Amino acid sequence: MATHAAFMPGAKVETPTLWGAVASWLTTVDHKRIGILYGSSAFIFFLIGGIEALIMRLQLARPDNTVVGAQTFNELFTMHGTTMVFLAIMPMSAAFFNYMIPLQIGARDVAFPRLNALSYWIFLSGALFLHASFVFGAVPDGGWFGYANLTSAQFSPRHTIDFWMLGLQILGISSMLAGFNFLVTIINMRAPGMTLMRMPVFIWMSFVTQFLLVLAFPCITVGLILLMFDRFFGTLFYVPAAGGDPLLWQHLFWLFGHPEVYILILPAMGIVSEILPTFARKPLFGAPVVIYSGIMIGFFGFGVWSHHMFSVGMGPVADAAFSISTMLIAVPTGVKIFNWLGTLWGGSIRFQTPLYFALGFIAMFTMGGLSGVMHASPPVDLQQTDTYFVVAHFHYVLFGGSIFGLFGGAYYWWPKITGKLLDERLGKVHFWLMMLGFNLTFFPQHYLGLIGMPRRIYTYAPDLGWNFWNLMSTIGAFTIALSFLVFISNVIRTTRSGKVASPDPWDGRTLEWSIPSPPPVYNFARVPQVRDRDDLWLQKYGDGHGGAPRPRPAPVTAAEIAAIHMPPTSFWPLLLAVAMAVMLSGLLISAYQIIIGGLLTLYCMYKFAMELHRPAEGHGH
Amino acid sequence: MTPRPSTVSRFPKRPDWTLVGLLGAVVFLTGACSWVGWNWDTPMSTVIPKSDFGRATHEIFMLISWWTLGIFIAVEGALLYCCWRFRERPGAPIPKQVHGNTPLEISWTIAFAVILLIIAIPTIQAIFKTQEAPAATALRVEVFGKQWWWEFRYPQQKITTANELHLPTGQMVAFFLNAPDVIHSFWIPQLGGKRDVVPHRVNHITLTPEVPGEYPGQCAEYCGMSHANMRFRVIVHTPADFEKWVKAQQTPPVEPTDPLAQQGKTIFTQSTCVGCHTISGVSAGHIGPDLTHFGSRTTFAGSLMTSTPDNVTKWIENPEHMKPGALMPNLGMTGEQSKALAAYLLSLK
Repeated sequence: MATHAAFMPGAKVETPTLWGAVASWLTTVDHKRIGILYGSSAFIFFLIGGIEALIMRLQLARPDNTVVGAQTFNELFTMHGTTMVFLAIMPMSAAFFNYMIPLQIGARDVAFPRLNALSYWIFLSGALFLHASFVFGAVPDGGWFGYANLTSAQFSPRHTIDFWMLGLQILGISSMLAGFNFLVTIINMRAPGMTLMRMPVFIWMSFVTQFLLVLAFPCITVGLILLMFDRFFGTLFYVPAAGGDPLLWQHLFWLFGHPEVYILILPAMGIVSEILPTFARKPLFGAPVVIYSGIMIGFFGFGVWSHHMFSVGMGPVADAAFSISTMLIAVPTGVKIFNWLGTLWGGSIRFQTPLYFALGFIAMFTMGGLSGVMHASPPVDLQQTDTYFVVAHFHYVLFGGSIFGLFGGAYYWWPKITGKLLDERLGKVHFWLMMLGFNLTFFPQHYLGLIGMPRRIYTYAPDLGWNFWNLMSTIGAFTIALSFLVFISNVIRTTRSGKVASPDPWDGRTLEWSIPSPPPVYNFARVPQVRDRDDLWLQKYGDGHGGAPRPRPAPVTAAEIAAIHMPPTSFWPLLLAVAMAVMLSGLLISAYQIIIGGLLTLYCMYKFAMELHRPAEGHGH
Repeated sequence: MTPRPSTVSRFPKRPDWTLVGLLGAVVFLTGACSWVGWNWDTPMSTVIPKSDFGRATHEIFMLISWWTLGIFIAVEGALLYCCWRFRERPGAPIPKQVHGNTPLEISWTIAFAVILLIIAIPTIQAIFKTQEAPAATALRVEVFGKQWWWEFRYPQQKITTANELHLPTGQMVAFFLNAPDVIHSFWIPQLGGKRDVVPHRVNHITLTPEVPGEYPGQCAEYCGMSHANMRFRVIVHTPADFEKWVKAQQTPPVEPTDPLAQQGKTIFTQSTCVGCHTISGVSAGHIGPDLTHFGSRTTFAGSLMTSTPDNVTKWIENPEHMKPGALMPNLGMTGEQSKALAAYLLSLK
């Protein structure tokens, strides 16, 4: 390992000062460090969103409760939804995209490393902007879905909606940049021999997710720009009294919002598709079908948005059409679940923590999928929509699915990223507490919804039969919180005194396990030649049809390492993100700030663009 | 071939029976415990329908429930079985590297499609059935969802009331939904719904109540600060009782005889109350609820409170305190004035 010390990510061996260390993170363009930044930011926002949820559960623990008032509760559910979707699950997925895509495709970095850093800093500035609303006492209160015309200047005159709308716009820029970056990376940067069908399934699901990102975000961007014009410049896009249409917002929002659901779940599906083969010790069953199913889900994902709107009165023909398209999307989803079961079938399953979370994903996501089929049927949906049944449904998808999957990924790749093994016993305690708490919180909510408890109510009457299971749900929520404390203590303990991880602690199948843990800054000393989806497995064990294991490649020489060119660090991504934040927050403060921020942004963009420009030979100095 | 000894770090491994046991325990105990404690016959239950609309949606709900329950048991069962049957055993060889099985994969794809087809056909029939145009004989009710209370107008009977909806059994009711401010959603869980109430767009929903009784309703689309308090009550009568109610509502309110109530009437007519509220023969405001027969209603303020003299007095003194964000201003009435007003309003039977 010592030979790699000089090539640790972003290391500045000559300046071991605090400032040097901080600066090396602020200026890093290394995809691995950016991945760590994304992951740790996302985890912090995940905890903030979780605390918001706990306060809501306290308020709902009993009827006519007074822990928080109506206004605060409305702010809490708005920020909880917005935070979990945009600031927790999406960046947690982005952490894995960043760290794992180059490693799994055998690349040394992403296609545009500085753009990658820019995505992160813009993400962080958007997240901080959104949370600045707490400081200014104008916390968004229109719901994460921000339905017009409640968000109009007439009905929400304070700055609450402005913080939400501008925050989402900033986050959208970050997602678009990251999406294009990963698309180009996956298309162009694969190691020789890695054909599309040899890409690991996590890469495939990430690939589909990037398409969804770059195609879906423009829809909400348009919606938000119209809202911004309505609020700031007095246009009337969503003002019904003037001929505007509040349903236009719903269409634009859900045309983004439904693909967004798949943006949140597909990465987790990809992670599960990596974990299961590793721990069952056999290839993913029907990998091409899993891949095609992911593509189908992404494609159909754009044709089902109005199933969020069955109650708005679109008429029977539209209801029928969107009902059928929604049921269609259940087919590839179900196929995936059966293929995962097929992967386990006939395996030799090692029960280690990452697998627990992957199995938890299958068990819980199945339930979320099945309740989803229920409200794919508009008549059934009419009763269930906007009740706790739907709250239960999408938490089974996004928590039982995405969060279980992402934690599976965290446990799976933790040794690769940190070089330390997480404690197995604490990991399993975490899993069981989370599983128990999750089901205690959300399973009763199906029942509460069916006996009529609507969403987004800060209080309820005591005589409706909702009291007991609301209390249970609150207890469950605190059990979930406890499970995360176990996770945090696991991280702290093993970081201090954990077992050192070997390069391949799980007996993995894909390229990232062929390099040291943590990987050197250049990832692969020698770009690998890929022959199979499970390339490393073949190297270790042969193809299982009598083909012998491949000979180990010759040791890498110092000269080879010295010849590797890596991009230099840069301050401009950070400065450009700050300049943009100054410009956009000027919309709430003063026109001068917009102008100054705009000029700064232009300047930073120019410097960013010209930073690596070298005058042609013979023309320069 | 023999597998090469791998250089991986190994964890201490025990046969993991706990996994199978605990996974099963969690899923089934949660389900079972919940089932035991589940009373479906509650005031806002969606699963004991009391109208034709409710029955139509409930039938499909049950159909889908049985299919999904079957798939649920199959998947979770297969998962538990795999965990138990294919757990790693000491000294086991590397499993056969199976890459897939095309006929099998095609067959479960088709199986899913068939199950969804079975669900889709009655779904589409019900979509069209529950969205029929209102019959000419239907009782028309114009619903106005406002921040944060409901107004109900019966144009055929020339009745306007608030927060309490009276309906007869056995007659189709056609609700025409209007929103003067933001989007709301009209929902009576035991009778049916929901249908969103969208500004500048008259949605409709038709249903025929079948069982007399009292059913709570509630706004189901987030509509601002007091969304949780935008409730209403539905009283379904036999046709004869409904006629009685209609007659009572069509009669002008009687003059108050009680001195306190008479004093209240004077205060009402001389204050800004008249700007927002209608009392037939007394005032003609249109912003707040029609109070003509206020005393005949059992609840008020978005059906949030029961109509007792004490509650009404408190409300008049500080509406915002009882319903956060309430648009009725605090008129600065003294305790005596509020009491008198409450007495007057409650006398309006």
